This record gives sequence, structure tokens and C-alpha cells, in this order.
Amino acid sequence: MAKYTYPEKQDLQKFVAWRYRKAWIWQGVFLLSLLIAIVSLSALLLNVADGAFGYVAYEFKKDPSTISEKPIEELNQEELIALLQANLSKGAYNKLNDEKTMEKRGEGELYGLVLERIIQVDTKETYSLFDSLFRKAEIEAEVAEKFPEARLEFRYWLAPDFLTTPMSSKAEFAGVRTAVLGSIWLVAIAVGLALPVGVGAAIYLQEYARKSFINNLIQTNINNLAGVPSIVYGMLGLAIFVRAFETFTSGAMFGVTDTNGRTIMSAGLTMGILVLPLVIINAQEAIKAVPDSIRQAAFGVGATRWQTVWSHVLPNALPGILTGSILAMSRAVGETAPLIIIGASTFISIDPSGPFSKFTALPIQIYQWTSRAQSEFHNIAAAAIIVLLLLLLTMNATAILLRNRFQRRY
Amino acid sequence: MEIVNQKIIPPTAFRPSDLKRKMRLGEGTIETSLFIVGVLTIFITVSIVIVLGDQALLFFKDPDVSLMEFFTTTKWTPAVGDFGIWALVSATLTTSAIAILVAVPLGMSAAIYLSEYASTRVRSILKPILEILAGIPTVVYGYFALLFVTPILQSIFGDNIGVYNMLSAGLVMGIMILPLISSMSEDALSAVPNSLREGAYAMGATRLEASLQVVLPAALSGIGAAVIVGISRAVGETMIVAVASGATSEFTFNPLKAAETMTAHIARISGGDLSYNSVDYNSLFAIALMLFLVTLVLNLVSQWVVSKFREQYE
Repeated sequence: MAKYTYPEKQDLQKFVAWRYRKAWIWQGVFLLSLLIAIVSLSALLLNVADGAFGYVAYEFKKDPSTISEKPIEELNQEELIALLQANLSKGAYNKLNDEKTMEKRGEGELYGLVLERIIQVDTKETYSLFDSLFRKAEIEAEVAEKFPEARLEFRYWLAPDFLTTPMSSKAEFAGVRTAVLGSIWLVAIAVGLALPVGVGAAIYLQEYARKSFINNLIQTNINNLAGVPSIVYGMLGLAIFVRAFETFTSGAMFGVTDTNGRTIMSAGLTMGILVLPLVIINAQEAIKAVPDSIRQAAFGVGATRWQTVWSHVLPNALPGILTGSILAMSRAVGETAPLIIIGASTFISIDPSGPFSKFTALPIQIYQWTSRAQSEFHNIAAAAIIVLLLLLLTMNATAILLRNRFQRRY
Repeated sequence: MEIVNQKIIPPTAFRPSDLKRKMRLGEGTIETSLFIVGVLTIFITVSIVIVLGDQALLFFKDPDVSLMEFFTTTKWTPAVGDFGIWALVSATLTTSAIAILVAVPLGMSAAIYLSEYASTRVRSILKPILEILAGIPTVVYGYFALLFVTPILQSIFGDNIGVYNMLSAGLVMGIMILPLISSMSEDALSAVPNSLREGAYAMGATRLEASLQVVLPAALSGIGAAVIVGISRAVGETMIVAVASGATSEFTFNPLKAAETMTAHIARISGGDLSYNSVDYNSLFAIALMLFLVTLVLNLVSQWVVSKFREQYE
């Protein structure tokens, strides 16, 4: 055995100092990576905000002063209708009237129609929020030089109008109303499928299942399903819901004849299957957290297993189950790939009328608008992203509040 | 006495021995229906395999296609009957590799900082932020890749890089899976009992030495699982690549070029009007089957790593 000699005092001190220096440097590296992670994620959010507001340079195809003596903003409903009648061809006017009677449309909507159909706003250039804030003079000079006819205006792409107007082929008049309604329908169907099935499966696995091959298989399988790429679920939905069950999902069974299988129903069921493993895993965690003493107390007074589960375990696990389900819902709201496969229609301006109508959804619109070349579509994509993120934030906040409000500690 | 008792207790009265015989019909029904619901989840996996397998089989039966060609050639142009999966796999590999190169070092360092260095207060703020960010829909990351990262890359690489490229998609994919990896790794590191750290400190270890040489090895199974789950997420990611990495299938590993991944190809082709039962349509199921199998294997490996290599502490 080699004899160990203790190093000289100086060497030892140097060695220790070097070790501490190394530790200090690495601490910096670790902190730096955390900061990089957070900075890049904040860059994402800022980038979205950057696109959702900013200056717009636009031209009018027809000068508003040539069609009306009063400024258009001050016209009332009747005058706006008269204006539309006077300046649109008869066919175009009747078509609009058929879609929705003119008298039923509000002033805001009519004003939008006048802008869209008669004056025809033509967006030349859009600017990001940061440019608009810090390079205002340069933008003004550039617009004056490049588009002398154009007007410059600060535009909130994300405005109340954006939420209430339906889809339009022109970015300036497009809104997310149809898409938001589509997403709501979708999530409702998904939850309707996933919640009962998911909670049932979780109760079985936690409260009834004994150790056996089949129960192990169920558990492993659920964990694996949670990791299957969403696009694979999309393919499953396409083959099963859109094609095999077409008579059901198209609503033909119920007398709906104007669609094929690419409906809200197909998409909702696919989404339900996609979030099912998440619901199960979350519900299992919630049920696991209920202490055994509660079950034993119930059994002790002679309750059956189901009575124990129904009256004691479930009420205690409910906040956890709800939290988990809301998180699963927020996954369903943001998921895009399966909807593309199921065939969400990208251009729909009529509100979905029921589970068997064609649909579009918020993430689909974001994908579509992002993929367009014109920059004004990127602006409305950013605005739609903010709507989506706010929706998710509300859902997550609700989940956290629920958890904090009802959580019991044992 | 016996005679008296028999007279007092009427035959319909409750006797303790009745309990055994009392059948609760509901109990059995409920247990059975819950079991059926549980088995339903297996049915989902089975139907995925059957549906994808069935259509993929139709694809491979087509006279234009051979299994050999599918797995060995590098051209994917359905219009002329070229079905070489490597054209799509190369892009999937490239973008996933970039994503992992970004996410693993950053994610693990962030996890070590959060678990070993950060104060409870800092951790209680930062960890939920990371978890919320992990819930941002991927289509939002796609927007970010195309309209923020790509312009930056273009100003760095100039004309060498196109509007659509794999580098931008890969980098943003890395940012996307970063919260997942750091959150899972942090869980694994936090689960290591404090006595191990204290033991290391008692031996004179610095915090770095305790973290890297004692805590990290003890949590390695959890971290390994996190990395594998991250890879599986990257391989199956669709929206980022669909938006940012281009719509041309090309066999290339050059991250500056545009190329289409397996997932992006499925999304693009199925988004259009596709006639059912054409070779194109069936080919999508063959790709999806491959994706499913790859991610299934990765997930199984990750679960196996956790159960096999987990260090158990009392």
C-alpha cells in the first residue's frame, strides 16, 4: 500500500482556492443558462406583443370624401345602408343582405362593410410596436417618401372588434370570433369524452385494480399514450372518426347533409382521446393524495368499496381532478397538428351551428396567418396568439386558484 | 331457551350471517364498468396500431412501392413514385439533434441551479414560470421561429440561409423542450435526499463537487428519462417545423437548408384535398406508423431507465 503523503500547506491552499474558484465559475454558468432560458422565452412573448400593435400605412382606393359629404364615422345606420346601396352593385348588395339583413347589422358592422367594400383599404406597410414607439420619425419619413398617398395610423390589431368579427379574407377586417367559438365547441366535446372516461379509469386503477398483468399493462399503456405525438392522434382521428364513422360525425345520422366527416365532432373526439391519458394521470395523482385513513374509516363503518369511493375518496380528490382536467383542457385548446389532419376548414366566416358543422379553431387560424406572406397577416396572427395565451392563462390561473382554495392537507 | 328465541325473532329479521349472502348488484356492475373503461385505454393503442398498420400495409402492397426502396433510398417525390423515407428522416434527425444540443446543456444547468443553488423563494418563483412556459402551444413557437429567429439568423448568415431553414426550427424546438427537460431534471435532483449532500459537505466538498459528483449521479435515472422524453417530443413535434423549416422534402443534414420533416410532411399533405386510398394518402400512414414506433420505443426506454437505474433511498 502506497504511503500517502499530505501535500505542503501552500499547495493545499492553492488546491482549495482553485476548487472554490471552479465552483464559483460553474455557479455562474448554471445561473447564466437559467437566464438564457428565461430570456429566450420572454423574447417569445415580446415578439408576439411586438407584432400585435403598431403603425400601419394604408391607402384608400376610393376617397371617402367623394362618396359622402359627412365623414363616414358620423353617419348613422340608415345613411350607411343607403351608402352601401348606392355604391355597391345590386348583386353584391343583395348577397350581403341575404347573409344577414342590413337592418339587423349594427353601425360598427356597416361601417366595416363600407370600408371593406367601397373605400377598400389597401395596406401598404405595417410596422412593429418597438419600431412604432422608438423610430416614429423615421417611419413617417419613409412612408411619406414611399407611399405619398398613404395615411399612417397606429393600429391595435388586438382590439375588441377583433374578438367579435368573423373571419375575412382581408387581414384588416378579419377577426377570431369563428375560431374562438370553434375552439370552445371542440374543448367541450373533448372534455365530455375525456373527463368521465378518464376519471373512471383512474378510479379503477387506484381503488380497484390489484396487481395483475392486465392492470400493469393498462398503467404502462397510459404512460405511453401520454407520449405519443399529437399528429399520430390526428391520423387516428382521420381514419376512424372522419372516415369510418362518417355517418355519425358528419351528422348524416341526424339529418345534417351539408358536411362530410371533417366536423367539430370528429375533431372534438380526437382531442378527447389525445387528452385522455393526461386526465387519467392527473386524476390518479389526485386520488393517490387522499390518505388511506379516510378509506379505512369508511370501511370501518361498513361502507362498500363504491360507497367509500363515491362519498369519501372522490369528494376529497375533486379539486385535484378538476385542476388536472383544466390543464388537460388547455392542452386541447392549443393543440394544432391533429386539427390540420382532421381538416379544419381554414376559411369560414359563419359561426359553427352545432357539433356537426365545419369549423376552424384558434391555433389553426394562427398557423394559417403565420404562413401567409403579407405582413398584415402576421400582425393578426400575433393578435390571435395573444387571445390564445390569455385564454390559456385564465384557464391555468383558474386551475391554480381551485387547487389553493380547495386543497386539503392531511 | 331455544324455543323462546325462535319465537321472539321473526324469520324476516336481520341476522349477522345475512351480510355474507347479501349481494350488492351495483358493486359488481360498477367494478366491471370501471374495468371496461380502463381497458378502453388499451383499445386506443390497439386501434392506433391497427389503423396505421392497415393503411401502411396498403401502401407497401402498392406496386410502385417496395419496403426496400422505402427504407434505403433518399428521394421522396410521391408524384413520380419515389418513396424514400430518408429524405424526411434526415430533416427530423437534424432538427431534433439541434434541439437536443440546445435543450440538454441549458436545461440541465438550469435544473442544477434551481435545485442546488437557488433559494427556496427564487425557486418558488422560477419553477412555475418554466412550467407555464412549457404549456405554450407549439404553433406560437412556430410564429416565433419564422418571424423572430429566422430574421436574426439571416442577418448572421446572409444569403447562405433561406427564409425556411432547419436551424431556426431546431433552435426554437430546443427552447420549446427546455422547460420540459429542466423541470423533469429538477424533480429528479430535488428527490435526492439531503443526507447525501450533507455527507459530501462533511467531506469538504464544494457545492459544485457535491452537485456534480454526488447529487447528479444519484439523480441520473430521472435526468436520463427527461432527456429521452425530450428527444421523443422533438421527433414528434409538428407545428414548429411545419411553419419554419420549409415544405420541400430533401435529403440533407445541412441546418441552413430548408427540408421537410416526417411530421411536417404529414401535416402539409393531409391539409390539402387528398383523395382517400391513393398511394399518397396511404404513405402518410406509413410515416405516422414509423413516428409512433420510434416515440413508443423512446418512451418505453425512458420508463425502463427510470425503473432500472433508480437509486432507492430510505
